[in-house]
Amino acid sequence: MEIAIAIILGCCALGAGICMGIGAIGPGIGEGNAVSKACEAIGRQPESKGTVTSTMIMGCAITETTGIYALVIAILLIFVAPNIMVNILKNAVGLL
Amino acid sequence: MKNKSLRFGLADTVYILMIILPLLAGIVLNVLTKPASEGISITGARIFFTVPMPLQDLYITEAQINAWLVIIAILGLCLYLSHGAKIRPDTKRQHLAEWIVEKTEALVTDSMGDFFSGYAAFITAIIAISAFSSLLTLLGLFPPTSDINIVAGWAILVFALITYYKLKGGVGNYLKGFLEPIFIMAPLNVLGEIATPVSMAFRHYGNVLSGSVIAVLISYALQGLSSLVLGWLPGVFGEIPLLQIGLPAVLSLYFDIFSGCMQAYIFAMLTMLNISGGFPQEAYEKRQRKKLEKKNKKNKKLQTTN
Repeated sequence: MEIAIAIILGCCALGAGICMGIGAIGPGIGEGNAVSKACEAIGRQPESKGTVTSTMIMGCAITETTGIYALVIAILLIFVAPNIMVNILKNAVGLL
Repeated sequence: MKNKSLRFGLADTVYILMIILPLLAGIVLNVLTKPASEGISITGARIFFTVPMPLQDLYITEAQINAWLVIIAILGLCLYLSHGAKIRPDTKRQHLAEWIVEKTEALVTDSMGDFFSGYAAFITAIIAISAFSSLLTLLGLFPPTSDINIVAGWAILVFALITYYKLKGGVGNYLKGFLEPIFIMAPLNVLGEIATPVSMAFRHYGNVLSGSVIAVLISYALQGLSSLVLGWLPGVFGEIPLLQIGLPAVLSLYFDIFSGCMQAYIFAMLTMLNISGGFPQEAYEKRQRKKLEKKNKKNKKLQTTN
């Protein structure tokens, strides 16, 4: 029983770490691209700095969404999933 | 004249109290109900009391109470800013109020078009409640925006508005939109429709929550580090987490102020884009023209019979 609970907790923590780690790659690359292009645009046309900056921040925030999904899953895995899993395990053991 | 100015001042004090008292009440409530905790504690909103309901108990949580307090404070702020408005503005507060109104109206007409120019008040309300809710962390209160239920409520409201404006082009047109480009795509289109409010809610909630989680983790890490590094100092000096001074404040500048206002702006921007983007302009105008023709025909018939 203890080993099973330990496995559940460990796997939840591992899953949260992997989820956040892989989930952060995409938004990182995407936002980097967006900012580099925005910098180029400002360098080419310094007078359009305001519009480019506000559009870039808007785009960055939307690009970030996938990373935020990963974060929500990671938070669920750390704070919510272990309790539910352990309860399911205890019920299953109790039924046997 | 003097009597009037006295009444004016009285109303002003009432409005200022309306801004300050809810925030003070929130702080007092927080101090009274906060359980003493040791170590890292990242919890959701505390439940104050439950109202028994037939299907599901209604939980009145900290997030809800704080959201109500923010609403009262914003109402007080609006009343204070618009109090004693004149045709020729001569006070600072009226200049500020006019500046807010002008800016938001320009923003809304720029991104939504003239048809939706009446939406300025709604968008301002969204920006105000979202920004002030996130800024509650500066007072050490639980920010309502880091509770998914509050943000999901706003997102559902926005979703209802989007669907209402899509239906303005006719129910048949709306249902036909799901079958594009081919009828097999219908389930995916329905999913895409539902994904809009879900992604809006999760984006706002996740951003605010991640800020508070990182702040808690870093402040505890700094506490541990300072007890490790400065623990050899004699007496009280060893117990004070000196390294906690400074860095958390800088982080809060980004996570609480910048990120909070940013998310409010983005939520409002997405609301505007989704509402005006889903609105079928041509179909709506066609329908209006048809309605007008029908009306004209009816009137002509009436006239000829008379």
